[in-house]
Amino acid sequence: MVRFLVTRLAGMVGVLFLVVLFTYAIFFALSPDPAVQICGKNCTPELIDQIRTNLGLDRPFYEQFLGFLSGLFVGTTYGTGANAIDCAAPCLGYSFQTGQPVLEMFEQRFGVSATLAVGAAVLWLLMGVAGGMLAAIKKGTWFDRAATGAALGGVSIPNYVLALVLQYVLVVKLGWLPFPQAVPFGADPGQWFLNFVMPWLVLAFTYASMYQRLTRANVLDTLDENFVRTARAKGLAPRLVWRRHALRPALTPVVTLFGMDFAGLLGGAIIIETVFGLNGVGKMASDSITKNDQPVIMGVTLVAAFLVIVGNVIVDIVYTTIDPRVRIGARA
Amino acid sequence: MSALLEVEDLTITFRTAQGPVDVVDRLSFTLERGASLGIVGESGSGKSMTSLAVMGLLPPTASLTGRVSLDGAELTALPESKVRRLRGDRMAMIFQDPLSSLNPYYTVGMQIEEAYRAHRPGVTRRQARKVAVESMERVHIADAARRVDHYPHQFSGGMRQRVMIAMALSTEPDLLIADEPTTALDVTVQAQILDLLQEVRRETGTALILISHDLAVVSEIAEDVVVMRHGVAVEQAPAERLFSDPRHPYTRALLDAVPRIDDEIGELRGIDSLDSAAGVGGKA
Repeated sequence: MVRFLVTRLAGMVGVLFLVVLFTYAIFFALSPDPAVQICGKNCTPELIDQIRTNLGLDRPFYEQFLGFLSGLFVGTTYGTGANAIDCAAPCLGYSFQTGQPVLEMFEQRFGVSATLAVGAAVLWLLMGVAGGMLAAIKKGTWFDRAATGAALGGVSIPNYVLALVLQYVLVVKLGWLPFPQAVPFGADPGQWFLNFVMPWLVLAFTYASMYQRLTRANVLDTLDENFVRTARAKGLAPRLVWRRHALRPALTPVVTLFGMDFAGLLGGAIIIETVFGLNGVGKMASDSITKNDQPVIMGVTLVAAFLVIVGNVIVDIVYTTIDPRVRIGARA
Repeated sequence: MSALLEVEDLTITFRTAQGPVDVVDRLSFTLERGASLGIVGESGSGKSMTSLAVMGLLPPTASLTGRVSLDGAELTALPESKVRRLRGDRMAMIFQDPLSSLNPYYTVGMQIEEAYRAHRPGVTRRQARKVAVESMERVHIADAARRVDHYPHQFSGGMRQRVMIAMALSTEPDLLIADEPTTALDVTVQAQILDLLQEVRRETGTALILISHDLAVVSEIAEDVVVMRHGVAVEQAPAERLFSDPRHPYTRALLDAVPRIDDEIGELRGIDSLDSAAGVGGKA
């Protein structure tokens, strides 16, 4: 188990390094000159050169990259003298447009994205997994057809369309819900909940559809397995056959998918946050893309990649407790 | 006293898009307590469906007519919940592929205990575990007390089939059905499993139905043999007579198709040309 963990974690560090390298290289090659952006209205070529030297932008790629890397671990200082900007470790970069370290911007918005992700995840697991299991048990009945139809709808209707329709019906027409805005939980738990209901629903619906289809297919496949036949041949009660022998193998792949989806969502739900105007990481990403705020885009990319990779490692570890073949295989 | 198992006019029909298809047609046989019966036939001859019908495990698209009675109880007339109580208790079954037949997520011990406890409601886990270890010892799994906590993938093919047999025997059934128990195993292991089945039958007095496409396998164990083709029993006879004096052309063809070590080297004989040669009508 220890060896398994060490290998996984080492792999994780390697992948992270590559992600940082590629992301940095892409933005280095593509992005417009930050010096021009900072320079402002009364810009002269001399001023741009000065900013460049000041920020170290005239240095070669590998030097800048190493500077960025070391910033992650020990922090960094942009510029010198009175205008120097400190960016403490882990420094993900500094947005010259907002005048904030990227990490600080991230911290201010992560709560909204996390709330969105957790609430939606609870909903979609309930709807998707339970719905998929029920549809499999009641295969061919009206419930199965209805659930499968709804899932097809969920996969095909873009969530921004659903978001706008729901918003129109529930907020504008019926007035049941307030227009979503992130109210802190501490300020007013009731309002907090009401504000998040719609984003949760819309986000969960798309995922629930995928999970419903996956769960249904997996359960049906598992019911065909020889070991399920063995369980029946033992004379086990149908409920036991189902719970012990069909469900566990059927739900294992769902765990994998969930780990990655959830981690990905923590890195921001760009569309939902933008449509509902929730000031989360996703909104921050889309705003900074519009404004071409390169350090922020890169920071978000890195953190999102980091979350997905960590999510993956957690899934791997969870797997060892679910599936004995993984556990023993790793020890051998 | 009546026979242990009586199968009378068993017909199994599958609903298909092309209409109903009989995969077993008016099959009858009886099996006395402690006796052994071999059912032989090619793939698709209906032998496995027969065993599933006896166990009450036919797929939902199949329907059956005729009568199957175990120890005087007519299984075909009993509600599913009653059949379930007999299944795994009075009659048990082992299958062809011992790896996929065991659940990879649970220890073999747990799976044997589960089979036992399903029919002995009052027993504690500790008692069930003791039975599991004893069953594993009875099928000669070395170090059973430790192996009981291992998972199926930690066993070899032959050992997994031993686990399946241990599981089937844990409730001391009157009838054990072995559906191609050695087909997925290599030859030396096959012999060991067949020896084990023989030994188990001798020691526990359980009756055995051995289903195989392999006449050599059946000849080692079965006292009586049913030869099936296209769902019909073409010949039913004591094993000794069947092998020395096969009366039906299909049986003869099956026997001829078994390669012998003392044969001259030549082409292997198949049985596909039989219908025209021997006039055995295939069933539509």
